[in-house]
Amino acid sequence: MNVPTMAEMMAQGKQPEVLFWVGAAGSYDDRAKKISRAFVKILHAANVNFAVLGTEESSTGDAAKRAGNEFLFQMQAIMNIEVLNGYEIKKIVTCDPHSFNTLKNEYPELGGKYEVYHHTQFIQNLIAEGRLKIDKNTLQGKRVTFHDPCYLGRANEVYESPRDLIRRLGVNLTEMKRNKRTALCCGAGGAQMFKDAEPGDKEVNVLRTEDALETQPEIIATGCPYCNTMMTDGIKFKEKEAEVKVQDIAELIAKANNLL
Amino acid sequence: MQYLPNIIFAIALIAGIGFFVINIRKLTRNIKLGKNINRTDNKPERWKNMIKIALGQSKMVRRPFSGLLHLIVYVGFIIINIEVLEIIVDGLLGTHRIFQGFLGDAFYGFLIGTFEILAALVFIAVILFWTRRNVANIKRFLSREMKGWPKNDGNFILYFEMVLMTLFLIMNASDTAFQQAGIGNPISQFIAPLFDGFSPETLHIIERTAWWIHILGILVFLNYLYYSKHLHILLAFPNTFFANLNPKGQFNNLASVTKEVKLMMDPDADPYATPAEGEEEAVPEKFGASEVTDLNWVQLLNAYTCTECGRCTSACPANLTGKKLSPRKIMMDTRDRLEEVGRNIDANGGTFKDDGKQLLNDYIQPEELWACTSCNACVEECPVNIDPLSIIMDMRRYLVMEKSAAPQELNAMMTNIENNGAPWQYNQQDRLNWAKED
Ligand code: SF4
Ligand code: SF4
Repeated sequence: MNVPTMAEMMAQGKQPEVLFWVGAAGSYDDRAKKISRAFVKILHAANVNFAVLGTEESSTGDAAKRAGNEFLFQMQAIMNIEVLNGYEIKKIVTCDPHSFNTLKNEYPELGGKYEVYHHTQFIQNLIAEGRLKIDKNTLQGKRVTFHDPCYLGRANEVYESPRDLIRRLGVNLTEMKRNKRTALCCGAGGAQMFKDAEPGDKEVNVLRTEDALETQPEIIATGCPYCNTMMTDGIKFKEKEAEVKVQDIAELIAKANNLL
Repeated sequence: MQYLPNIIFAIALIAGIGFFVINIRKLTRNIKLGKNINRTDNKPERWKNMIKIALGQSKMVRRPFSGLLHLIVYVGFIIINIEVLEIIVDGLLGTHRIFQGFLGDAFYGFLIGTFEILAALVFIAVILFWTRRNVANIKRFLSREMKGWPKNDGNFILYFEMVLMTLFLIMNASDTAFQQAGIGNPISQFIAPLFDGFSPETLHIIERTAWWIHILGILVFLNYLYYSKHLHILLAFPNTFFANLNPKGQFNNLASVTKEVKLMMDPDADPYATPAEGEEEAVPEKFGASEVTDLNWVQLLNAYTCTECGRCTSACPANLTGKKLSPRKIMMDTRDRLEEVGRNIDANGGTFKDDGKQLLNDYIQPEELWACTSCNACVEECPVNIDPLSIIMDMRRYLVMEKSAAPQELNAMMTNIENNGAPWQYNQQDRLNWAKED
């Protein structure tokens, strides 16, 4: 798979149309890596001239900040901003709502001002510009429910672009009882992903999986690598792996268009 | 002696309002114990929020049943003030139903008639509220933090409103002239027959008694506010005005940290250089919050505004899965501690004397703070735009940056970010491997 880096672009004296911010999960987590690859295939299919930072990318610092370590966050941010500004980046797209939120909202004050898109927004634009079409036939009629990532939904009020893309797949989109602004968190945010939960009577991801299962879905669509992990674990816990798949919207589109 | 009632009335009014003003002053002083934060940008947006959310109740009606009941009580409260104004003028001047004269029978009758209907509706709404709180076993009202005073406080308000509405209707029903005029008595005409056969003198005494208790009750209620969650009827307005306008996911960047980080990362900076003129800092700033005085004044205003409705808590994923965190409790603890600090200042001639307590540990436990997923459900849900999450985050910052007291796994995660640029233990040189694996 051809994934050019900014360093390579620079060497050729070229500037890409957009920087793909892969994020730590998208780079290292086995499940999330598939999402990164699906998205790259979509970018190729739409002839988008993009690049990644590769080994020059570092954690945005989101998890550190939300764990309370403002020092570490700002050190990460300032380092990343130096790299991004060095390459004169204007436009960024990412599959990770946490990176999306941090780059878009928290970096500007520290000197990093970019146009930042979540991949669902970016794909929506590609469709509007006529650069990409989604095949309605492959997944037609499948029952799909969508889990809103907190950092895309409530945090940035992006509720429609993922839904718009799912509808374009020709599937049967059903809403959970808690959706959009009342959606329940998957349990990963605020650095919870990296620690055991405090004592309680249930894990958050299990409760959220129950919300999803109530809609009797064949597919739970996600728009965040962490949500994906949490929901996948929830489905395993409920022993429903055979009936229900958890997939990122990028993966669904790549599949519909036979790109995988 | 004919002016005696007027004089007594004036004294009661001045005492009632005076005491209220003293408490409001205390309240503003306490709120100002918070750190400064600029919340006066983008005024048009702020006014819009206030009108929509505080005046227009837009977030209340998201729960249709309690929303509708609340709307009735709220509209009743706003409109009844016109009637209270008449009572005050009458009380001071010794007149009787002074507005009837210059508003004309038709309009005055329409107004009072509307109040009567609202009073009856409020009465019903209050009974339904009371049932919800005390009989219906609604989970939202049963949490740990709702035992004792918070529960009683909620009920007192309801009893108060019931009594005030009853007195208003009795006052009208026993006013013979008013009943005979037959204007604006759609409800009280059905109460009036209770007094059939009473002598005019007795009726007059009943009417006066109801009138006096009604207005004195209102003055008492006004002063009860300060001690109650009912303070929100006033503070919802400034609170929605000063609420955060940024995207909810955007957490503030601590300026004090930025300064140090820039210094650390600047190869030319001389850490031992003497600070430029006017830049010397006596005490290095404390990072995060362990005490109410470390919070900013908007967070403290939030604490006084909280109505303890628990909508935040009932949407909180941590709370829904049985963890100790309750965003409502975070707000109530903050207010309780702030009140305690305020009383301490009053008792010690204007300065705070260390009482060996603080918000962290004595009120809020780290276990509560670490359960938060920062999902913003509480912030979204709050009908008066309170931000419990910002307090949780500031306290986490204190735990991590001042106390190095993060849970062990989080320390490992942060070490990884520091050394490998990712929360996991992978080599940064492998960061592009995902692209080659297909
Ligand atoms: S942000 Fe934290 S406190 Fe608020 S609802 Fe979410 S988990 Fe609960
Ligand atoms: S913070 Fe808001 S939602 Fe929570 S109890 Fe207070 S008023 Fe209700």
